[in-house]
Amino acid sequence: MTEKILFNVVQVLVVMLVSPLVKGVLNRLKEAVQSKRGPSIFQPYRDIWKLFHKDEVISDSATWIFRLTPYVVFITPVFVALLIPVLTGYPLFFAFMGDMLGGGFILALGGFFATLAAVDAANPYGAMGASRTRMVGFLAEPVFMIVFFTVSFVAGSTIPYIVHKHWVNPPDNFFEPSHVLLMLAFLMLIIAEAGRLPVDNPSGHFELAMIDESKGLEYSGRGAALMKWGASMKFLVLVCIYLNVVVTPWGLAQGESLGELLLAIPLVFLKVFVFVVVLVVIESSLAKLRLFRITEFLGGAFITSVAAMITRLLEG
Amino acid sequence: MTDLQANTELLTKLNGLAAGLFLLTAFGMIAMRQVLACLKLFVWQSILLAASATILGFQHSSVHLFVVAVITVGTKSILIPWLLVRLVSQEAYARREISQVLNIPTSLLLGMALVILAYFASSPLLGASQDPFVRMNLPVGTAGVLLGAYAVVVRREAVPQVIGLLAMENGSFLAGICIAPDLPIIAELAAAFDVLIIALVMGLLTRRIRERTGMTVVGKLASLKED
Repeated sequence: MTEKILFNVVQVLVVMLVSPLVKGVLNRLKEAVQSKRGPSIFQPYRDIWKLFHKDEVISDSATWIFRLTPYVVFITPVFVALLIPVLTGYPLFFAFMGDMLGGGFILALGGFFATLAAVDAANPYGAMGASRTRMVGFLAEPVFMIVFFTVSFVAGSTIPYIVHKHWVNPPDNFFEPSHVLLMLAFLMLIIAEAGRLPVDNPSGHFELAMIDESKGLEYSGRGAALMKWGASMKFLVLVCIYLNVVVTPWGLAQGESLGELLLAIPLVFLKVFVFVVVLVVIESSLAKLRLFRITEFLGGAFITSVAAMITRLLEG
Repeated sequence: MTDLQANTELLTKLNGLAAGLFLLTAFGMIAMRQVLACLKLFVWQSILLAASATILGFQHSSVHLFVVAVITVGTKSILIPWLLVRLVSQEAYARREISQVLNIPTSLLLGMALVILAYFASSPLLGASQDPFVRMNLPVGTAGVLLGAYAVVVRREAVPQVIGLLAMENGSFLAGICIAPDLPIIAELAAAFDVLIIALVMGLLTRRIRERTGMTVVGKLASLKED
């Protein structure tokens, strides 16, 4: 019992501490592909450290929502990290408190507060970015739903610890058509949710073209640090759900000893690294879509997830 | 025996994978805006069809199906794209966007309705067979036919319409190879040459249209004009 609680705490700590590194590696690799040198992979840590030591400036028109939001954005991925398999292949203390749908709702709560805060600060760019994020959000929602329905249909459950065992047991299941199509649909979903190319350009500095970034424009000091850290944790949590639940449970700790748990950290990081390389290839080879073309991108994701559902029905 | 069973299980899954991706490429041909992307998807669809034929060939230990796979790759993914690119000048491919009657999200939703229609249309037939390959290939093939027909209807240009027609042929082939795995080679050869001739004739026709009107947007040729 105490061991499982300890493991859960380790899981949360890993998500908290590793997530800026993942972002750093991603940025560095992206610059390397464009034949630049790029910032150090530890730059996100330095940014967060620097921001924590700066004064915070808050707009006169801002209400309590604006002050509360950084904490909500920071804490929601931590909650989700309690529910999903980050390092262990077997359920931990909080595993049955919520399923994948619950995790999705908790992450959506953070997004909801970020949107409110963007409107709250009365910066015109904030409201514009907020409305755009909502547009992407409501287009992504049906895809999320169909993906979860298909997962629960195939694996008979939406608890992530039960789902991920299904794909490799027996190993043939990995090639199940619904599984491969789900992987594709979920990948497109992560790209849209995390604001990566071709949906949104995370490194753009032009306010008029921003979707995700413009929500945090008004924050400074500690608020900005928490928002940044929360965003990178959200990204890592989404990637963990994708890699450990939707793709495979390979590399996760199977035994209940501390050694195996610590061994799982580099293995999971390796998996995340492979994913980051794939993401860099995708981001470097595609241009940003025009705003109203995002409908088509997410329509494609929707069709893919429906195709997964249909092939599952055909298998009978 | 158990070894054989496990083998069949894996083959069923791989065939399902090929069929699922086949369905996805059929959707992609509706969703793509560029002619060249459409053609690339057609090539991929043909390769997936060949993959499904190969898997079925392993399952039924049938040489015919391997020949079908080779013919499919040879004609549909090498010869026909080459022919189309040669016959219709580069202009038709270089232009950015195909004009469509309906916009793309609507097309995708209608396509989904067509897939569900295909599923219900072929479900009475599925009752007759317990073969998992038939259960997968027949509805997906029917859906491929319907989606190809939809592409022919909704696109206003000649080359995408040709590709839509060829996609319909792919769909009927995917359904055909699972129902009649022992089709004589002569039939396959005839079908393959038919498709080649269709592509050639339509390519030439498109070329003529372009020479006369300076474009391949056949949607604008709706009314007759005497000169």
